[in-house]
Amino acid sequence: MEIATAKVELTAAAQRRKREIWVERLFLVFAWVTLIITISVLLTILGKLFADGLTRIDLQFLTSFPSRKPEMAGIFSAWVGTFYTMALTAAIALPLGVGAAIYLEEFASRNWFTRLVELNISNLAGIPAIIYGLLGLQVFVRWFKMGESVLAGACTLAIMSLPVIIVASREALRAVPNSIREAALALGATKWQTVRDHVLPLAIPGILTGTILALSRAIGEAAPLVTIGALTFVAFLPKSPFDPFTVLPIQAYNWVSRPQPEFHYNAAAALIVLLALLLLMNSTAIYLRNRYQQRWRI
Amino acid sequence: MMKSEKVARWAHWQERIVVVLLFVSALVSVITTLAIAISLGVEAIGFFREVPLIRFLTEREWTPLFAIKKFGILPLVCGTFLVAGIAMIIAIPFGIFIATYLAEYASERTRRLLKPVIEVLAGIPSVLYGYFALLFVTPLLQKFIPSLSGFNALSPGIVLAFMVLPTIASLSEDIIYAVPQSIREASLALGATKLQTVFRAVLPAAASGIIAACLLGFSRAIGETMLVTIAAGQQPNLTLNPLEPVQTMTAYIVQVSLGDVPHGSLEYQTIFAVGLSLFLITLVFNLIGLFLRERFIRTFQRLG
Repeated sequence: MEIATAKVELTAAAQRRKREIWVERLFLVFAWVTLIITISVLLTILGKLFADGLTRIDLQFLTSFPSRKPEMAGIFSAWVGTFYTMALTAAIALPLGVGAAIYLEEFASRNWFTRLVELNISNLAGIPAIIYGLLGLQVFVRWFKMGESVLAGACTLAIMSLPVIIVASREALRAVPNSIREAALALGATKWQTVRDHVLPLAIPGILTGTILALSRAIGEAAPLVTIGALTFVAFLPKSPFDPFTVLPIQAYNWVSRPQPEFHYNAAAALIVLLALLLLMNSTAIYLRNRYQQRWRI
Repeated sequence: MMKSEKVARWAHWQERIVVVLLFVSALVSVITTLAIAISLGVEAIGFFREVPLIRFLTEREWTPLFAIKKFGILPLVCGTFLVAGIAMIIAIPFGIFIATYLAEYASERTRRLLKPVIEVLAGIPSVLYGYFALLFVTPLLQKFIPSLSGFNALSPGIVLAFMVLPTIASLSEDIIYAVPQSIREASLALGATKLQTVFRAVLPAAASGIIAACLLGFSRAIGETMLVTIAAGQQPNLTLNPLEPVQTMTAYIVQVSLGDVPHGSLEYQTIFAVGLSLFLITLVFNLIGLFLRERFIRTFQRLG
């Protein structure tokens, strides 16, 4: 009798186990299906883009200003504007971001102020890009009277990229082992000398990697620049930081929103150029990381 | 002796100046937050002087650019949540499936290979997502749903899901991966199977962090601009029908920014009132998300 009950229990357990194996398989199948769908979406986006735009890219396209005739239009002012904006953004954001990171990581004592700054940075990272555009419109364009200029755009993008740059730079600084600091301090260097001559040089690859990634996100983003009033039709190159400008994503947006398919092909071509630029920046970042990544043995 | 004293004094002063400069750069982030609040607030106050808050919140039409002006933000909020909601219906299960698989089942090699591939989706410019939604997904969907209009909430919603998926999947994966090994070992030692361990021990332990990842993804979906501007349309429409065109809060800000609305006019002020509303909505989601993440980390610091 007892043996019989035990047997029944055993088969019940075996059945449960069997069912569980099926549930597990089902889960794995689901996981793989979602992964495959996700990757195919990525490939479809790229496929559609290249099918539409690749043949449109030629020298004429890269060296012409926008035009009402799609076959004569080009992205000269857009890509020059993108480079211009990006350089200026980096020049503003890098010193501020690295400075803030050094202060928080090397100098600040942990108190309510640093906690406030940290919470604030995490929160800033989650604010939509277009809100930064409204900030730029009000503060840089109106209050600082920069107008709808490259400078106003760069300031806006710099403020938007700061949280990412600060977080990445802090991580890079934290990765430098303490023994380096202790050695410099023990030899009589001041705190700033230690940071400037020993800690910062070792952290620079990490800082640059983070900065490039932040910038590549910023230049793909059209929303804040649309809000501050970057133009969609610019038939000249900006000569100074105070000139009006356009950038690649805005030019592409302008072409997407027109009804004629010829303009859509132009948009696709402009987006391919933008993607190529992003790819270049990201591979530089990855190269820097792999080339200079230090393995500390302590 | 004199000289070295001079050097020391100079180093001392340099030190002080540098610390002040570094402090100021750290302060920029705080100033930014204040500047956002003030710059949105100043214009929004101007707006609410003309249009009482109660009208803004209760009117059912949004027509500030028409002759007969109505200022009810409801249609814009509804459009925003409709598109973001569609995105989350897809992105949350996808994100959690992928995160669980990568953290618990995939080999280290697969994980290292697939995670960057998924993160590539986060690096694609939103104008390209808009291009894809308008010119590929909408025509494709129209083959199955003939009543779908050229601008609609469904197509950008679906595409938006893949745009925020990396946020949800990657953050959740980090969280699941960070659940202390001792929890898995305890569960396995009690005779639980792998599946039971994952779904009854690890995932519940990671729950607060996963919810945080979903909230951050949702807040990103709400704030997304170019994709919805391109593919969802420019018609404020109080509807929950995903087949109709809608206008999101962000798309309205773009529409006004592209037109030539004079500075200081009521129409100009509307974008700040809408921006302030958007800011407050995302702020709430972000702060809850950050709080939950903090709680997750604190719980496991004690255990770890």
